[in-house]
Amino acid sequence: MNRTKHISRVLGLPYRLWAAVFIVVPLVMVIWYGLTDANGHATFANVAAIADPAHSKALLMSILLAAAATLVCLLLAYPLCMFLVETESHSNSFLTMLLIIPMWMNFLLRTYAWQSILEKTGILNTALTALGLHPLRLINTPGAIILGMVYNFLPFMVLPIYNSLEKIDPNVINAARDLGASSRQTFLKVTFPLSLPGVISGINLVFVPALTTFVITSLLGGGKILLIGNVIEQEFTLAYDWHLGSGLSLVLLIFIIISVVISTLTDKEEEA
Amino acid sequence: MKQREVRLAKAIKSRRLIRRKLKLKKELIRLKGVSKTYGDKTVLDDLDLTIHENEFVTLLGPSGCGKTTTLRMIAGFETPDQGSVWFDGKDITNLPPNQRQLNTVFQNYALFTHMNVADNIAFGLNIRKKEKSYIKDKVDYALKLVGLEGYGRRSVTNLSGGQQQRVAIARAIVNEPKVLLLDEPLAALDLKLRQDMQYELIRLKNELGITFIYVTHDQQEALTMSDTIVVMNQGYIQQMGSPEKIYNEPENAFVADFIGDSNLFPAVFLRDERIAIDGVEFACVDKGFGKNRPVDIVIRPEDVEITEPEKGTVTGVVTDLIFKGVHYEMCIDVNGREWVAHSTRPHAVDERVGITIDPFNIQVMNKPESEDEQAAELEA
Repeated sequence: MNRTKHISRVLGLPYRLWAAVFIVVPLVMVIWYGLTDANGHATFANVAAIADPAHSKALLMSILLAAAATLVCLLLAYPLCMFLVETESHSNSFLTMLLIIPMWMNFLLRTYAWQSILEKTGILNTALTALGLHPLRLINTPGAIILGMVYNFLPFMVLPIYNSLEKIDPNVINAARDLGASSRQTFLKVTFPLSLPGVISGINLVFVPALTTFVITSLLGGGKILLIGNVIEQEFTLAYDWHLGSGLSLVLLIFIIISVVISTLTDKEEEA
Repeated sequence: MKQREVRLAKAIKSRRLIRRKLKLKKELIRLKGVSKTYGDKTVLDDLDLTIHENEFVTLLGPSGCGKTTTLRMIAGFETPDQGSVWFDGKDITNLPPNQRQLNTVFQNYALFTHMNVADNIAFGLNIRKKEKSYIKDKVDYALKLVGLEGYGRRSVTNLSGGQQQRVAIARAIVNEPKVLLLDEPLAALDLKLRQDMQYELIRLKNELGITFIYVTHDQQEALTMSDTIVVMNQGYIQQMGSPEKIYNEPENAFVADFIGDSNLFPAVFLRDERIAIDGVEFACVDKGFGKNRPVDIVIRPEDVEITEPEKGTVTGVVTDLIFKGVHYEMCIDVNGREWVAHSTRPHAVDERVGITIDPFNIQVMNKPESEDEQAAELEA
């Protein structure tokens, strides 16, 4: 007993080291930078800077766009997963593959691809013009950013929902029908509540990266729409103000923690 | 064990006869020429089945015989490729399950894990928008009926298998269905609990006065509980009748072999009331199988009477002796054919014994006719 405990402690050491060096140390640094000024004096100004209209507007926009992208992902993913689970055929694994293959390509590459599709003289508009239609203004809009988020993060919504739906015993659905529930009632009272853990983890997996992204905004938003991720990035890379960047990161971190806590609580309540 | 079963069957029979005299049974469910295939596998082939009101019908057979598919068709989870399903005089072949007046108890319970016990039971009543107080009364009554008073607020995931099964039964019967469908409901329980639940189900059925359609592959369970047993194999009904009839007068080799232990031999029907097993003549009570025709015969092990070697119709040597609790099981080699006998008196291995059979205990059956039945026999 003691021996196995000892061995597992030794085997766990690399992970502990990893966690310390790459998670704890950076986090402590962010907190330290965020709560001090250039002279090393403690200050709350960097965090309070979120109240600056430019910053708070960016945060609000981030939350709005991330929420919209999450909602779109959910609305696309759920029916798809239901279809995949219900049909149970050989083409299923093929469909799932199609969904996962884009994830093997570089994230930047995928987003660049969307840029060239949506550009003013991009593939889509060239095609529209060739058909004699009016070209559309697609790039540099909130819509383009949401599209980029949905495209990149959709698999993170699909996989947990698919897993939770697949785990539901078909006889449980049959039981609901047997007890008099219509297909709609069965979905609302049985299928959806039972898939909720998957939905919640999907929401977390999409909302958090969407909230913090700055690559998608830079490439598809053209610098016209600033999200909180871009503001923080610019503080670090352009303004070299690590203190302000860290302070704003802390604010963002708090929002992420809140959203994760809320969803975990809903999940627990559902279980109890 | 066997004797206990027979005694139990007799007790149930007398009860059943009384009930039969009291009322004429009305037809409730009818399957007409129902066929179903999955891919190239035929699960049901032109099946006809009639089930009466207030009957305890058991669909019995090995796995893959089509019994569960038949049940699922009555419940509405499957639609037949051909044929129709009738309920109370109406064609319900294409009626969705939620519009059928019957409820199902599933093998794996299929409880709603996101609800507590009371909410599980109240599900059907809530769907039909019954009043709150009515629902509460009904749920309490159902909990009491299945012996789970005070369990209402528990989570279903924390219950034992037997308790979950009771919740599943309560969830079904609370809706006052005309028919309760049970798909191997006791298969996942251990032996002792299973036997207790068998008696509880019989009690429940008598208390509710509704039709039970029960699916199982356990012949003992079928014999214990049913009014009518439907023995199925490979999508066909092999025999349908009372447990006594199925046990004592199996119509073919498959039924004889599937229901209980048996000595199942090929024989020749010499003339009325006379057969020959491996060249030795025995008296029997059957008539009308023709003259010198090959037939199958079945003799239950408890009907094989062991005597002194010189008094037996045939003689053999004991090759195996196993203590089974209530009786001993002996294998006896009679000129190269193995006979199985049950007796409370053991005979040592290598002892020479005689065997006699009461004519009444030899059941003569036709040889399988079609290739399908032959295949069925081979598989069995």
